[in-house]
Amino acid sequence: MLVIKDLHVSRDNKKILRGISLKVNKGEVHALMGPNGSGKSTLANAVSGSPLIKITKGSILLNDKNIKNLDVDARSKLGLFMAFQYPVEVSGVPMLQFLKLIYENKFNTKITPGKFLMLLNAEAEKLHVSKDLIHRYLNEGFSGGEKKKVEILQMSVLKPYFSILDETDSGLDISSLKIVANGVDRIRRETEMGVIVITHYSRILDYLKPDYVHVLKNGKIVKSGGLDVAEELEKTGYEAVSS
Amino acid sequence: MSQKIKEKKKSGFMEDTAYQYGFSDPEDYVIKFKKGLSKKVVEKISKLKNEPTWMLQNRLRAYDIFLSKSMPKWGGNLDDIDFNNIYYYLKPTPKESKTWEEVPKNIKKTFDRLGIPKAEQDYLAGVKTQYDSELVYGSVKKELEDKGVIFMGTDEGLLKYPEIFKQYFGTVIPSADNKFAALNTAVWSGGSFVYVPKGVKVDLPLQAYFRINAKNIGQFERTLIIAEENSFVNYVEGCTAPVYTSDSLHSAVVEIIVKKNARVRYTTIQNWSSNVYNLVTKRAFAYENSVMEWVDGNIGSKVTMKYPSVYLMGKGAKGEVLSLAYAGDGQHQDTGGKFMHLAPNTSSKMISKSISKGSGRASYRGMVKIAKNARNSKSNVECDALLINKNSRTDTYPFIKNDNNSSKVGHEASVSKVDDEQLFYLMSRGLTKEQASALIISGFIEPIVKLLPMEYAAELNKLIELEMEGSVG
Repeated sequence: MLVIKDLHVSRDNKKILRGISLKVNKGEVHALMGPNGSGKSTLANAVSGSPLIKITKGSILLNDKNIKNLDVDARSKLGLFMAFQYPVEVSGVPMLQFLKLIYENKFNTKITPGKFLMLLNAEAEKLHVSKDLIHRYLNEGFSGGEKKKVEILQMSVLKPYFSILDETDSGLDISSLKIVANGVDRIRRETEMGVIVITHYSRILDYLKPDYVHVLKNGKIVKSGGLDVAEELEKTGYEAVSS
Repeated sequence: MSQKIKEKKKSGFMEDTAYQYGFSDPEDYVIKFKKGLSKKVVEKISKLKNEPTWMLQNRLRAYDIFLSKSMPKWGGNLDDIDFNNIYYYLKPTPKESKTWEEVPKNIKKTFDRLGIPKAEQDYLAGVKTQYDSELVYGSVKKELEDKGVIFMGTDEGLLKYPEIFKQYFGTVIPSADNKFAALNTAVWSGGSFVYVPKGVKVDLPLQAYFRINAKNIGQFERTLIIAEENSFVNYVEGCTAPVYTSDSLHSAVVEIIVKKNARVRYTTIQNWSSNVYNLVTKRAFAYENSVMEWVDGNIGSKVTMKYPSVYLMGKGAKGEVLSLAYAGDGQHQDTGGKFMHLAPNTSSKMISKSISKGSGRASYRGMVKIAKNARNSKSNVECDALLINKNSRTDTYPFIKNDNNSSKVGHEASVSKVDDEQLFYLMSRGLTKEQASALIISGFIEPIVKLLPMEYAAELNKLIELEMEGSVG
């Protein structure tokens, strides 16, 4: 369970979030929509622990533990995961080696390279991630779609307790979107992870079937509801939603 | 290192007993000179080795040159070298060697973390000084002999193959090249002699199987490699694990002759303890359509000055230097490479990657010269520096001279820091800051590391992980 209470956040001394409260139960999917600059990515970064972000007020509870002062790696170890909007390229780091390292690190175990490769290949196949990608350097020269798929592959390796998808759907073609969304949904069902999905489009929500849709504007949640909120937004745009 | 041994155990190549008894009894004579250098010392060294007169003359001439040459005014700070406070010939026995208690704690810890077997730890730390590889690696030696490959200590080589030495020794790097080449020529001892006959390809990396060998790690090693036409050899020397020595000066000379259509790759990893001045001259002559590759990794030492060079003597010859330098706190790595294009259609490539941590300083120093007659030649230099801390330092000293307009020279240099976005990304996957930094750094040096034999690469990455612990603020 992730509980965000009255969260106020600044970035570069600018107030971005002005009192966000949100509760996401185990296995639930919450969609977060809103115009550009409304604070969606900032919220994702605040929860995952970006050092660029300053929490000025409020708390973030993961499973009743306040994580707002924890470093990003400590939050990850507690089971938090963020699929990045712009995954970073890390030159010279073979993806296989990286994935094995984060797996062993997370589960505090050692696994033989052969065994891990088998495990990974099975996951990669489900996500239609081509096998040669696994042997390339982390995200280096990957297409936009490949990067997003690899984020979900990392999610499937780490089996997080809670995930935030930061515009994972942007830049994906329709078939890739379906594969990625189904991948997330499969992991969610397997591990009962809670999900916050940040998006501009309702298409991904068709697959992820959120329990709640929230609309963020000027650093505040201005509307919450079911899937109908997303559908309405698609028709009328954000202008019509007001606080 | 440990991996290699395990591998061989599996293949049945090396039995436990062989390894256990791989250490030979100490040779029963003790030879120790007084500190300091004189004509007498040079004569004594030559006499002890039963050398032919011409080698003695050669040493004495070199000694005079050494005296007449001044210290280099560029590169690292060598002010603290005291030539009178150095042993120029030392054949230590276990009685004289250090005890385990004297070995610095941090080095012991590194050994343990790298998983180096105790026997090798003893050797590397200088507690044991003899490690006879004959018994352990005998079968590999036999295979080489059958192909006509000569691979032995340089001292032994001189006595057994005087004609080859007369023809080649000192022809690539004459004594007058620089003060330290002269010093080495005067007092050299140890090193490797490799002769690969025409058309012979040596598939396994040579030194990888012999890398623990007292005869090959010394203060004033002298290595001579001759690759005849159409031959191939990959020679690997050195050690990723820290080599602890109380000697303060390591001054080696490596000469390589690569004949028509032959290819030589020479890989070095050095990790001397931080009291050592590592001043090495390495040069290869590359003849028609031959390929010479230097892979040169410098991790340890106080000051390193080393610029492996390739003289492209025949048309179509190719030279390559891949240089990796790690300058930790208080260290200065002044490294790079040198290419002399002396024939048409020759090409050269330099890739230099350096990392500076703490007050460490890594300098790239390179020289590319394209002679008038070396038409249609090309050279490309790429040097990338990574700085870990605010007080870390890097500098670049490229020297380029192109004497004809049909040749092309390219030079690119970059300086970077460990990227915050990369750190955040990797840490968001549960890695600590140290783990994430180590990963970024190993990615940075990957283009060079991937060319190393596997066990070296694995150790190098582990070493970087250890170096990063507690160093990232």
